[in-house]
Amino acid sequence: MELFYLILEKLLLVGLIVSLSMVVAMYATWGERKVAAWLQDRIGPNRAGPFGLFQPLADGGKLFFKEEIIPLVSSKFLFILGPALAMITALLTSAVIPWSTPLHLFDRNIDLQVADVNIGILFVFGVVSLGVYGIMIGGWASNNKFSLLAAIRGASQMVSYELPMGLALIAVLMLVGDLRMSSIVANQLENGWHIIYQPLGFLIFFICALAECNRTPFDLPEAENELNFGYHQEYSSMKLGFYLFAEYINMFISGVVMASLYFGGYDIPFVNEASWGLNQNLLAIIGFVVLLSKAFFFVFVFMWIRWTIPRFRYDQLMKLGWTRLIPLALLNMILTAAIVLWLKK
Amino acid sequence: MIHLLQINPSTAEAGSYLPVAIQLIFAVGLVSVLMVATHLLGPKRKTSDKLQNFASGIESHGDARQPMAIKYFLTAILFVLFDVEVIFFYPYAVNFKELGWSGFWAVLMFVGFFLCGFTYIIKKGALKWED
Repeated sequence: MELFYLILEKLLLVGLIVSLSMVVAMYATWGERKVAAWLQDRIGPNRAGPFGLFQPLADGGKLFFKEEIIPLVSSKFLFILGPALAMITALLTSAVIPWSTPLHLFDRNIDLQVADVNIGILFVFGVVSLGVYGIMIGGWASNNKFSLLAAIRGASQMVSYELPMGLALIAVLMLVGDLRMSSIVANQLENGWHIIYQPLGFLIFFICALAECNRTPFDLPEAENELNFGYHQEYSSMKLGFYLFAEYINMFISGVVMASLYFGGYDIPFVNEASWGLNQNLLAIIGFVVLLSKAFFFVFVFMWIRWTIPRFRYDQLMKLGWTRLIPLALLNMILTAAIVLWLKK
Repeated sequence: MIHLLQINPSTAEAGSYLPVAIQLIFAVGLVSVLMVATHLLGPKRKTSDKLQNFASGIESHGDARQPMAIKYFLTAILFVLFDVEVIFFYPYAVNFKELGWSGFWAVLMFVGFFLCGFTYIIKKGALKWED
């Protein structure tokens, strides 16, 4: 019986989090256009509903009613598998994120984290790496020269930036001594946010997150002036939608991950919220809202960068990743280890 | 040192992956339903021109799956190589407070070897993209 309640509880939580990431991704497209408009002194979408708020609904609905085209020369099975894989991996990364303190409902403590597995952050890395296959399979299956070139570019860019990202993360793990996401956040509640100890590590992590999400200035797989449309050139209907949504979901999740790793997760800065004597459920909801606002801030910064900085050239991108970020991340790791050991003695 | 390498897989740890399985099933189910929905909802008015590849309006010539620049594959191989080395840092990062200074010097040596390989590929021009 206990197992049944556990499964029911987790199923509800999974449903909630997956729908949350979908809705956030939908409204991120609206946000992107509004931010772009604001930065370029325009108005942006304002026809569908108040402030154009129904625009994403119209766009999403439209994708369902578009003709589904699978080119004759493409590999049909892989052509469908590509976007499905991109979307599945995007929806899976949120499984290990601690969203807030536990809720107390029906005499049960409900953790607002789908799975507190002991590999924690490595799970996120593993699933993000699988995202490469979504792009690679899509580009290969299309059998289009532009798509294939874009997919290969994307794959080699994503694997290249995974190295400095992993190295930057090691310095955080040294401060915590555990891979669990819940311990990483708990350590920050106790000792202060990791951004104070790891400013360089965060900078490297942030740059790599931009590259992993294929965002400007690293959006080489979608460089429309040289590759038409990128790896999803042959796609139409919701299959195209999956690729675009997956990108926005990844952006949101990477914002949440950065908030959890470096900015204290659901912690409210400068106050001790536990001493307010508030109801446990209310506190959990406040924490959740705080985490979301941090994530939205990062999503906003991603958009801000997109409309400010031009795209890198491919050799510059590779040079930055391999010859600048990797040595810098290694240095950061060694320095962190030395300083932590020195202060402990 | 040996006791750090031994792992005790308990049933409680294996059970903590159950919610991950739930999320995986949920995600796969959702994606399949949406995929079928878009297949059924969209119009089907296919013509032979529509089903051709788009190559900026000109006719596409030959198969796209031709040999690609070797640099991309080299990058992938180097990634695998260095990622395995990076993975070795993770167990150290988790345990380094207990290992103390002796562990630190050992890892510094490992970083030295890492840098040797790294300098070698840079000097060889494996990452030089402009010819």
